[in-house]
Amino acid sequence: MTGRLVAWGAGLIALVALPFLYRDPYHLHILVLILIWSFAYTSWSMMGRFGLVSLGHGGFMGIGAYVTALLWNHLGWSPWVGIPVSMIAAGVLALIIGYPCFRFRITGHYFVLVTLALSGIVLQVITATRDYTGGSLGYTPNRASGNKLLALQFDDKTSWYLVALAVWFSGIIVWHVIDRSMSRYALEAISEDEDAAAAAGVNVTAEKLKITLISAVMTALAGAVYCQYQMFITPDTVSGIAVSLQMVFAAIVGGLFVSLGPTIGAVITILLAETLRIGFGTKAVGWDNLVYGVLLVLFIIFLPKGILGSVLDRLKPQRKVPRAHEQKAVQIARPGT
Amino acid sequence: MQAFLDIFDIYLLEAVINGILLGGVLALLALGLNLIFGVIDVTWICYAELVMIGMYAMYFLVQYYGISYFIAAPLTILLVAILGALLHYLVIAPLLTAPPINQLLATGGVLFVLQSFATVAFGIDFRNLGIRLPVLAFGDMNFSYARLLSFLAALVGMVAVYLFMTRTFTGTAIRAISQDREIMALMGVDTRRIYLITSAIGGGLAGLAACLLVLQYDVHPFVGLSFGPITFLICVLGGLGNFIGGFIAAFVFAEIISLGGLFSDLEWGYALAFAFFIVMMFIRPAGLLARRR
Repeated sequence: MTGRLVAWGAGLIALVALPFLYRDPYHLHILVLILIWSFAYTSWSMMGRFGLVSLGHGGFMGIGAYVTALLWNHLGWSPWVGIPVSMIAAGVLALIIGYPCFRFRITGHYFVLVTLALSGIVLQVITATRDYTGGSLGYTPNRASGNKLLALQFDDKTSWYLVALAVWFSGIIVWHVIDRSMSRYALEAISEDEDAAAAAGVNVTAEKLKITLISAVMTALAGAVYCQYQMFITPDTVSGIAVSLQMVFAAIVGGLFVSLGPTIGAVITILLAETLRIGFGTKAVGWDNLVYGVLLVLFIIFLPKGILGSVLDRLKPQRKVPRAHEQKAVQIARPGT
Repeated sequence: MQAFLDIFDIYLLEAVINGILLGGVLALLALGLNLIFGVIDVTWICYAELVMIGMYAMYFLVQYYGISYFIAAPLTILLVAILGALLHYLVIAPLLTAPPINQLLATGGVLFVLQSFATVAFGIDFRNLGIRLPVLAFGDMNFSYARLLSFLAALVGMVAVYLFMTRTFTGTAIRAISQDREIMALMGVDTRRIYLITSAIGGGLAGLAACLLVLQYDVHPFVGLSFGPITFLICVLGGLGNFIGGFIAAFVFAEIISLGGLFSDLEWGYALAFAFFIVMMFIRPAGLLARRR
């Protein structure tokens, strides 16, 4: 255990020290993007690992980005106030949708499609209120005239790298806190058999609602940080079904059941997109998604535990009896057994 | 007549009738998806993208190769039917025993593939068939002839599927499988063949919808996203696998979009329809026509 802590500590120190030793702005830019998206994917996987597959996270991310930017531009509220407000807004929305869903036992396909409708609503509302949000043409937060720190707008990549690193690391910590809590066992029981879990004294609605709330609030934070960093958002890049599917894809490719899985997923997807973009230029429009799509299908058929999950399993054979839902996933990998 | 028109706002009536015409095409789309879900128990998230590929096929056959619309249409239906069967054979069949979520996500991957394939192969330009059908004027109301034609063709398509399902042996086997998938294999029905046929029919319905939609809308790689989500919501609202429920839900949705678009922007019509869907899910979680447990 101490060995793992030392490894984490050394890795973290190396990551913090990186921008002071290596200053190439393009590579730092890629790293910042990877960290922000890793955080968003980690937020999604908090729900996804317990079988709560949501396609509504594009909606939460859109709320985080747009509420922060709108409060800054129209009311002059600093993002330091705007980001918490946007997180609360996403949390309230998650509760409004989540409570009836869990209370009336909407699960499986139906849960996926209800959340799909949620991200559809957010996308349409952002597009429809184009007088305020700029519609599908996108939206830019105003440049700060005064204090840069108050406006959370930094010009140098190093500051942004550290901000993104802190946000990403907090996401990993939350993942581990949940991994060690009673909630994790409750949620695993729920994902295997809701009735049995309820009979064993698990408050199904409350547990699901808790994890949904945490996941939605974190996704909103990811959206807000992304907006502050890029200084340009469109409904299609921060909300909607495509973004939701992208989260699902990266989390599954990296590995849903391990803490760094979504991060690995973000590294792979973003590096793939950038390599294709640099290698082929404008000819590559669409190629990255083509590769993603093929990979997603292949991963679900042959490697449902993701890259990192499978590698870790190889390294530590017979570590423990896999949990039932993972066993199911393993069966898909070897059809016929 | 004049008094009647004063009571019923002419624009309201026009919107209501346009809603019904839109509902016909949506009902056709929902029928194909419901068929797949009812029989194979899989949701094709990429269904609207199959329609998009069909629309491109129509565009190229008619515009590029100069084939007449009425010859191109059956070819397109055939092409999309083959695509549907391929999708089942390559993606769904290996995942039949997997958790339903994995099947859904795999078709999500196919959505990416089809969308970006269209982007790579055809570019992101908006293209249209270049056929401009006349506008039908009735009183002070204007109806697009294309919509009327689509509505009628959608009705014919639905009746044909209904007859196929009730009057032929294969159709009976399909309905039987949707009731109990284990028993039918013991009764001597080759379930794999039935699944493949069902997928082909589902694809064929997507192809028919493509032939009709291409008359009204421009085709571009992301056109699927504009009516794909609404199709799923219709199926869920009607109760997944419930054909009649899906049919009714299509018209309810079409009216909400059409009337919402009349009073405000079209986007608000869609947002309203989505919100209506979420509320309905809480009131009737198993679909409009489901009996209360």
